[in-house]
Parts: sequence; C-alpha cells; structure tokens
Amino acid sequence: MAEKPRTLFEKIWDDHVVASESGAPAILAIDLHLVHEVTSPQAFTGLRERGLKVRRPGQTVATADHSIPTLDPSIPIADELAAKQLRQIEENCREFGIPFHGRGSPTRGIVHVIGPELGLTQPGMTIVCGDSHTATHGAFGALAFGIGTSEIEMVLTTQTLLQRKPKTFQVRVSGRLQPGVGAKDIILALIAEIGIGGGTGHVIEYTGDAIRALSMEERMTVCNMSIEGGARAGLIAPDETTFEYLRGREFAPQGAAWDAAVARWRALPSDEGAAYDRTITIDGEALEPMVTYGTNPGMGVPVTGRIPAPADLEPDAREDLARALAYMGLEPGKPIAGQKLDVVFIGSCTNGRIEDMRAAASVLRGRRVASGLRVLVVPGSQQVKKQAEAEGLHEVFRSAGAEWRESGCSMCIAMNGDQLEPGQYGISTSNRNFQGRQGMGGRTFLASPLTAAASAVTGVITDPRTLPGVVSQSAAVSRPATVEAH
Amino acid sequence: MPEPFVSTTSRVISIPRANIDTDQICPARFLKITDKNGLADALFFDWRFTPDGRRREPVSFIDEPHNAGRQILLVGDNFGAGSSREHAPWALRAWGIRAIFSTSFADIFSGNALKNALLPIVVSPERHAALLALAAANPDGQWTIDLETQQVTLPGGDSFAFEIDPFARTMILAGTDEIGYVRSRLPAIEAWEATHPARVDTREAAPTR
Repeated sequence: MAEKPRTLFEKIWDDHVVASESGAPAILAIDLHLVHEVTSPQAFTGLRERGLKVRRPGQTVATADHSIPTLDPSIPIADELAAKQLRQIEENCREFGIPFHGRGSPTRGIVHVIGPELGLTQPGMTIVCGDSHTATHGAFGALAFGIGTSEIEMVLTTQTLLQRKPKTFQVRVSGRLQPGVGAKDIILALIAEIGIGGGTGHVIEYTGDAIRALSMEERMTVCNMSIEGGARAGLIAPDETTFEYLRGREFAPQGAAWDAAVARWRALPSDEGAAYDRTITIDGEALEPMVTYGTNPGMGVPVTGRIPAPADLEPDAREDLARALAYMGLEPGKPIAGQKLDVVFIGSCTNGRIEDMRAAASVLRGRRVASGLRVLVVPGSQQVKKQAEAEGLHEVFRSAGAEWRESGCSMCIAMNGDQLEPGQYGISTSNRNFQGRQGMGGRTFLASPLTAAASAVTGVITDPRTLPGVVSQSAAVSRPATVEAH
Repeated sequence: MPEPFVSTTSRVISIPRANIDTDQICPARFLKITDKNGLADALFFDWRFTPDGRRREPVSFIDEPHNAGRQILLVGDNFGAGSSREHAPWALRAWGIRAIFSTSFADIFSGNALKNALLPIVVSPERHAALLALAAANPDGQWTIDLETQQVTLPGGDSFAFEIDPFARTMILAGTDEIGYVRSRLPAIEAWEATHPARVDTREAAPTR
C-alpha cells in the first residue's frame, strides 16, 4: 500500500519525534544547537543551579556575534557589559565542553553564516538557536527555528525540545526574476503581501521556478526572513545546488559517508501530491526591487512605488500606518525613491555573505559614496571577510568611501556600538525596521544589497536598475567564474 | 523555578496597538545582561523615554500613575512579533504583568511567555473589541483570570472561558517547568539516539562514518 504523500516538513518532523504523549507536545530531537553570547548566559546559569550537564556537546557549537565590536580585535572592548557577556560565553563553553568560535578565531561570525559555511547545516536536520533568524538554515531543507532561553537550557541538557506540530504553508514563487531583482525582494514582497503575522503557526516551504533558480546564499536570504512573516521556520527542498554548496565543507560528510548522506537527502523533497494547510503563489516575473517605508518589515513597496496614505488602507490598519509614518517622518503619497539617507548598512545574517558583498561591490566599483553619507560594510563572518579581501572587494569599498569592518551582527541589532543616531535615516540590508531597532530614534529602510549600494552612490533611495551597468553586472554576481575557496 | 500560579484579580492596562514587537517590549541594548535583573525598567523603554533620557510627555501607558501595579495587559493583534528574546516576557513579568489579552501572539513569544507563567490569552476579534470598549468605559474595574477553571470574570460579573495549551496550564498550575518532564523520559531519548547517529560532531571536522 502506498504511503500517504508527505511534505518535506512532515518527513523531517516524523524522523525526529522521540515521544508523543496524548495532551502533551511532542518531544523533538535536535541535531544541531547553535549558541551565541546574548541569549545563552541565563541558560548556562540554569544548568549550574540544577547541577546538569550539556547532553551532546558535539552537536552544539557557539560563537560571538551580537554584542561583539566590529572594530579590529586588537582594540579592547569598551562596553563593559558586552565584554562581560563575551567573557561569559567563552567560560561557559569551556566549562561545558562546547566548541567556541570566539574573537580572533578565523571561523567566527554571525551564527547563521558560520553554520552553513562550515558545513554544519545539512539537509534533513533539526536545528535550533536562541535567535529568531535560525530560519536561515531552512534553505538547506533543515527544520530550523528560533527558541527562547528556557528552551536553550532544555536543548543543552536533553538535546530535545517540546513542540506542538505547526501547520504547513507553501509559498510558490513562479517564473524568472527580472535583472536587478533578487532574493531579498522576493521575501520583502511576500511579507508585504501576507503581513508580519501572516505565517504565524506555520512552517513555510518555498517552492517554484524562481526559488529553484536561486543560489544557496540567496535561498538563505529568503528563509532568513520567514520569521518576519510570522513563520517560525522556512524551508527549501535540497537539490543539486544544495549538494554542490556543501561538498567539501569542513563539517560536511566525506567519502562514502557523503554518498550515503546525499542518497538520504534526495528522499527529502515533498512527495508529489503532498498537501499543505495553505498555499499562495507569487509571480516572480512581476517582482521589482523592494524597500520598506514603515516600522515593520511588512510595510514595503516596490522602489518605483509610493509611500501609502492611511486613507488607502482598511480602517483598522490606518492608525498603525499613521503612527509608523509619524515615526519615520515620511509624507504619505510621496515616491519612496529619492528619500534622503544618512547611513547605509550592508551586512547581517540576511545579506552578509560573499555574494552580498560581491553585489554591493559590483555597484560601488569605480564609484564614490555620496558626500556626507556613512556607509558601513560588515561581512557576515571572518571567512566571508577573508574571501572578500582575497577578491579585492575591501579595496572597492574603501576606495568608494565605505568602512570595511570585522564580522558580526553590527548595526542590524545595534548592540555593539554600530548604530543610527536619533532621527537618522538608514537604508539597511538587514531584516528589521522596528522602531529603535538600529539605534534609539533611528529610522530604517530595508532593501537588497544592490538597492542599498545604489543608494549609497546617490545618497537617496535609488532603484539600482537606474544606475548604468548595475543590471548587467548583478546577473553575474551570484555565480562568478572563479571558484570560491572553502 | 516558577511559583505555582492559579488566578489573579487586577485592573487592566489597555494598549490598543497591533504588532507590538519585542524590540518595543524590551529594546536590544538591554540584552547585554547575563542574568535577569533590572528588566522591569527596560519594559517599553523607548516609548517611555526620549533618546536623551527624558520621560516622554504625555507619559506612556505603563507610566500613567493609575496603571502602577496592574497585572493584566490588553493589546492589539500579533503581540510579541520579532525576535526570540525571552527578555521580553522576563521584562513583562518583572514589571508585574501576569496575563495578556490579544487576538493573536507571535509563536516564539507565546511559548516564551508560557514558560514564565505569563498567560497569553487569545480572544476573538469580537470579544477583543468588547474588552477594549469595557476597559475604556470602566478603566478601574477588576478583572479575574482563573487558570484552574479557565474562566475570565469581568467587572459587572460577566464571564467567559478561555483556551490555553493544556500542557503549559498543568506546568503553570504546578509551578514546575518542562525540563523535569523531559528528563523523566530520558530512556525514550536514549532509544531514539541509538537508532539515529549524530549527523555532525562540532568538535571534529569531516566525519567519514
């Protein structure tokens, strides 16, 4: 008898249920636990208070990314609280036997950048981290989601979590993206459509031709912001693109183990006829570069569009929009392009990988950033930094007048001294434009690396397709002829 | 370990805004702590203070003098959107909040709240509108939330039942947490691990098994 067709999510879920008792959430086994300095200290304290150990240190890995300065590591950390937090993660890892990629390590970086680049993130896994952008790892066909500190303690000591089974939500992106339009634009357009609570209670699976055509790094950008649509996790079925990315990476299986793993991974994609609780289709051909105007990631428009007026919306959304526009100091009905900027931030777990650096550099090569503008380029990891420098991208950024930094979350979350000043306008390749997210009183426009870099040149929000040569270059950026060193 | 929680009777603080994200509930710069202390002061900080540190005029919701000591929040849809920081429910609990009414909560926030005996109570849009109207008409009325009977009693005596995750309810009523529950099922975990070899070893590169 044929088995009931299952989705990718259901296959991973079923494979990891340790126990499922009536009335209780399932006990779900966790394959990989990523840890960083900000959300973990209280969990380690909890372990100590209970006299518990870390059950599987070999399935746990830690780094320092959120509160770490992006200045040269030889400069002492000025912020005492951040310094204490960074000391504590190191001590906690030493005490509990967890591998730590700390300050000065060539493999340190944003937790969601280093997991994939080390080959730790693999298809079919369950992956958790005390960070909502853990959804990033779903790009590999792994069930990956953010957890709170109580859950971190649970995973540290049991290597499992109690979970209610979420619903499934298929987001099909059809067709072929136009030149100058990329992964960030897909996800911003999706969130603008479904709203920031639209995926609550669901795991998204992204399907369709436009998704299949994306590189691994672009897929990570899409999955990364699933949480901005309210979905705890976003998944993309593994395929040849996935396997090619993973092959030869430090922690990826080798030899016969590699062949066995690939055979296992090939069985993961959703079965023909598998049912989702909900499906929507987005026309990839029709997408344009997107930019947000408001104070949540759902408040986005095409860069050719206008800032909406409260009267255009449903009555219960008007007050939200009016409050957002008042905070942003923006005029309803005005085109979003041309809005003046003070700061440009290129980086984060959303857009801090090598392809993002190449995209930004393709725009800035031979150009200068607008006068009076601060442009901060922050690689997602030390390995991204090294690769970018090997390709000479740092010189492109510096010659253009941008700052080139050590890796970290930086201005995405503004915990490390990199931040907007009150009232400043920043265009940012990060994931959240909430009030004060990038610094108290700071005002954020979210956009792709191409749009952010084009805006860096002009000093105002700019459609990257209007700069000469940008569109033709962007097509070549994600798959350069040179082979990337692993 | 949390204390057992059965019921509370309190006046309500009404914040009729949708999509209140965790960066509003507890701004990221307060996440540099390594314990849970001091978070009551961080609650809704950026709404309460200007960037140069002055208290805003007029004062923000929780700073209104009549709201001091209230334990119940009534907020708009999709409360707790954004980051996974458990500092958000910690800050709410530290300030004294025990229960929140909304039409929906973000998934991670909701789970974090329940683990801290902070009740996220979902009501229908119609009920929500009625509760907002009631809070406006009778701002000093006492509301009772009884987790044992899953009943809310409003000023005037009207009452309604609410849903909550039954497992979390049991944990909160008993004042226990989930780690003990899962640890008592270690044999099941060991059995699973025996048939599912670890996919990676973070301590050792390039496994060949």
